[in-house]
Amino acid sequence: MKKRPIGKTILYVILIVYAVITLVPFLWALSSSFKSLGEIVSGSINFIPKNFTIDNYKEIFTREPLFGRWLFNSLFIAVVGTFLNLIFNSMAGYALARLSFPGKKSIFIIILAVLMIPFQVTLIPNFLILKAFGWLNTYQGMIIPGAVNATFIFMMRQFFINFPKEVEEAAAIDGLGKFGTFFRIVLPLAKPALAAQTIFVFMAFWNDFMRPLIILSDESMFTLPLGLNSFKGQFISYWNYIMAASMVFTLPILILYAFFNRYFVKGIKFTGEK
Amino acid sequence: MVKSSSSKKLRREAGQGYLFMAPVLIILGIFVIAPILCAIYLSFHKVELLGGTHLEFRGLDNFMKITFDDRAHIALKNTFIYVVIVVPLQTLLALVLAASLNAGMKGQKFFRIVYFLPTLTSSAVLTLIFMWMYNQNGLINHILDMLHLPTYNWIGDPSVALLAIMIMNIWATAPFFMVIYLAALQDIPDSHYEAAELDGATGLQKFWHITVPNLRPVTSFVVIMGLIGTFQLFDQSYIFSGGSGGPNNSTLTVVLLIYQYAFKSLGTMGYATALAFMLAIIILIATLLQRKFSKEESLY
Repeated sequence: MKKRPIGKTILYVILIVYAVITLVPFLWALSSSFKSLGEIVSGSINFIPKNFTIDNYKEIFTREPLFGRWLFNSLFIAVVGTFLNLIFNSMAGYALARLSFPGKKSIFIIILAVLMIPFQVTLIPNFLILKAFGWLNTYQGMIIPGAVNATFIFMMRQFFINFPKEVEEAAAIDGLGKFGTFFRIVLPLAKPALAAQTIFVFMAFWNDFMRPLIILSDESMFTLPLGLNSFKGQFISYWNYIMAASMVFTLPILILYAFFNRYFVKGIKFTGEK
Repeated sequence: MVKSSSSKKLRREAGQGYLFMAPVLIILGIFVIAPILCAIYLSFHKVELLGGTHLEFRGLDNFMKITFDDRAHIALKNTFIYVVIVVPLQTLLALVLAASLNAGMKGQKFFRIVYFLPTLTSSAVLTLIFMWMYNQNGLINHILDMLHLPTYNWIGDPSVALLAIMIMNIWATAPFFMVIYLAALQDIPDSHYEAAELDGATGLQKFWHITVPNLRPVTSFVVIMGLIGTFQLFDQSYIFSGGSGGPNNSTLTVVLLIYQYAFKSLGTMGYATALAFMLAIIILIATLLQRKFSKEESLY
């Protein structure tokens, strides 16, 4: 295939310029997190710190004793929440794809309808319900309402519809019940679909700002986004600390992405094909 | 006998079906279906949370109040401006990036990983990084100054604060939609392009006459997702303005206003619910309009 070299050059310019535009904020934040307060205040724009220091990373944990706790809260809520989503969404997707029971069609339509409702409509009643349960400022208040997700129930249903029936039939002949077949045979074979779900659900819990803002008022229960916001209020001109805290917060997602990179693209593709 | 054993089997399968569905049915029931019904009820009431929850029936008052509430008008105006500017720009940027990446360039993988970074990073972190760059003495003003362009008080000046959020969010969201476009681009058969090349089409002609029409369904999806996302702008406005929607209400969005009425002032929770319904209806109408337009276009 012959290509005009000028066209290619223009495309490379576009790609490289945009890569720089994307990277600069992150590099700037990373560099600021290794600078001293003096250098931050001076307003210089050097990307290589003059006096390289890792003190900011130590300081955020000592100056804000709750920082470690916020990190734990965020991890705990995201990990347990993701785990429950994987099991519950898959179970429902499997039932909708493979089992027959009265009302199946209407349940499926309700799940599709739920996809359309903006989250703000249910937000206020959800607050009142959690308050009535005594679940404000608790882990279960953050985890349980988000433990299922209509998008991924739908995705798992599509996945199981295309799943070879023979595998389950063989398991049934070996005397496994429906639950045994599902948990021991079917679920382990659904790994690609589960991996795509893992990264999206984890990110949604990990990055969520509005729900914790409403449910959590006790500082020790804060998740990182809330903690970061209150940290910013406390140390308003200490941008070196704020950037160090931001970097700590971004790291786990980057690690997760490094592991699940392949499935990430698949997951987005699925959202696009819906 | 055969019949009774098969009906027994059916009943057992139905029981298992409900068991498999149980967690989803319970959670959706309590935290989605019940809240929707509850929201309808609340929107017709004045809600007092002092002590217990007190409700007072007010008919359509909450919905009428929207028409003469100045802050609601400002929030609506800000949100509309934000949607109208951000959705087309982020869609166009996503398309240009995807098409450039898809043109058989070297280093595609590298660019894709770089472009993903904003999608992976939380809105709270991105907003803080940008607030640091938007600082009066910060990186962006320094760059503008070097290029002999005017500098701004990005966070404190009401005339540019919303613009600052727009720039940030176009930057943050376009790469996500780029990935969706990229997947769709890879599904366009090469034979289309080869036929056009035989006819002597240039790169740009191929883009307009083959790529763009083939991407119409995906574009429709990207625009709808963009509309839904932009109408719900909250995190960035909240962090940018410390929850106030300032300076001078310039970053006040509908969702931020809902939050303020529901949780930051007394006795206006019912009104906040009415505002949430209004937003849901606006989003629904915008989505339907988009669908209608994209269908009419595809007739030609």
